[in-house]
Amino acid sequence: MRYMLLIYGDEKASAKMSRDEGEAMFREYGQFTTDIRNSGAFQAGAPLQPTSTATTVRSRNGKAVTTDGPYAETKEQLGGYYIVEAKNLDEAIAIASRIPRVRRGGAVEVRPIMELGPQP
Amino acid sequence: MRVEELFRNEHGRILATLIRLLGDFDVAEDALQDAVAVALEQWPTAGTPANPVAWLVSTARHKAIDRLRRRARLAQKQDEIARHIELTAFDQEAPVPEDRLRLIFTCCHPALAIEAQVALTLRTLGGLSTEEIAHAFLVPAPTMAQRLVRAKAKIRAARIPYEVPSIDALAERLEAVMVVVYLVFNEGYAATFGARLVRHELCEQAIRLGRMLVELLPDHAEPKGLLALMLLHDSRRQARVDTAGEIVLLEHQDRKLWDRARIEEGAALAEAALRGAGGQLGTYALQAAIAAVHADARTAAETDWPQIVALYGMLARVNPSPVVELNRAVAVAMSSGIEQGLALVDDLDRQGELTDYHLLPAARAELLRRLGRHAEAAESYRRALALVSNDAERKHLDKRLREIVS
Repeated sequence: MRYMLLIYGDEKASAKMSRDEGEAMFREYGQFTTDIRNSGAFQAGAPLQPTSTATTVRSRNGKAVTTDGPYAETKEQLGGYYIVEAKNLDEAIAIASRIPRVRRGGAVEVRPIMELGPQP
Repeated sequence: MRVEELFRNEHGRILATLIRLLGDFDVAEDALQDAVAVALEQWPTAGTPANPVAWLVSTARHKAIDRLRRRARLAQKQDEIARHIELTAFDQEAPVPEDRLRLIFTCCHPALAIEAQVALTLRTLGGLSTEEIAHAFLVPAPTMAQRLVRAKAKIRAARIPYEVPSIDALAERLEAVMVVVYLVFNEGYAATFGARLVRHELCEQAIRLGRMLVELLPDHAEPKGLLALMLLHDSRRQARVDTAGEIVLLEHQDRKLWDRARIEEGAALAEAALRGAGGQLGTYALQAAIAAVHADARTAAETDWPQIVALYGMLARVNPSPVVELNRAVAVAMSSGIEQGLALVDDLDRQGELTDYHLLPAARAELLRRLGRHAEAAESYRRALALVSNDAERKHLDKRLREIVS
């Protein structure tokens, strides 16, 4: 079963991170990704550019309208994601809790992926 | 045993086994309902089978296969499930103790909201109906039904595992299970609104679940502590509310009304929990030990307060909390002098962590009253009254306030 792990954190705090801290976190992410690749859990994953680069598209009066900024203004922002294969929720939680962001005051939302079966 | 009684007592055991066999909460619940309907029809004439639990599991399983077969005409996949169930060997049908353990760990999974954990546990292991649970928690029945549906949908969609957690996660997950069981107990014990009978049923359910944990996890000390604590509290049930529905404080309770059998069982379990704890004493075991010291005193005056002070000290080390400190302060007042206890309460008051907790000004008022400092006591009673939410406690505080101002 596949789960999407959505990684949230405070962008402003990340921007203020020292060079050393930033490099340490980068290394930890590298190690973590290698680990879950080796265990076979890794399916996909990437960091995202900050929400200052986000564009939101909505429909207004039947027309697509774009606005600058993320979908919602929140204290913590979506900063990256993984898609992992896990036996059950406990296994997915165990993987999520090892994401380097978690130890740095961030949060990870674990969402089961709705499998639609083979597409024609 | 009456048939209805059997269904309620064995509900958890049977459902837990069916969930293992059928792999789905809803399928298992429907199947059990079908089997019960057959039993109610057949047993009065054909007689109760020699092993009613095995009979119900077996019948429910066949009913599940029938149901899935009927649906299978529409969906091929369900047919495969039905065949899979059929192929599961019959020797797997016997309920094993792990079934109930698996079920309670699933129901009390931290990925579910605590209200949902409580409701699911009472529904599946307790055999309470959705209406009964709704009534006990003063929630409309449709709200409770929706809560249960959502929880079961999440178990299925997010694949919350139906298994006993691995050794490294077991202690933490067991803690979560015990929180739910104690919450059920307190809901029945502490709240004094609502029908007395329903509340009593919650205490009984919690004690039954506590017994189950002790039975299924014999090597763990804390479930013994939890069961001990619940039994010792429950032993005072008859004495803690008077005929007018008002709270009777521990020191004024008629100790002849205390249930000696529960006290003896609770005290023995508390001792076993403390002995079995190894290096780390558990919070339930320590609270149970405190309750046991109270239960041991023939009169309030004979209470071994220095022992209680020592136990609260240990509890504060294991579980540092201002509420524990407040209890310790009151015990100090009783053992070393009211002024000393009052000084500790005032320290806590100044630290400001309990500003919304009505029991701090209530305790302070009580100590001031005993010292004859009535004006200050009245002020504290008023502070407590502004914070209290429980009606019986409000009545009690109000009565005390009127006594000293008159």
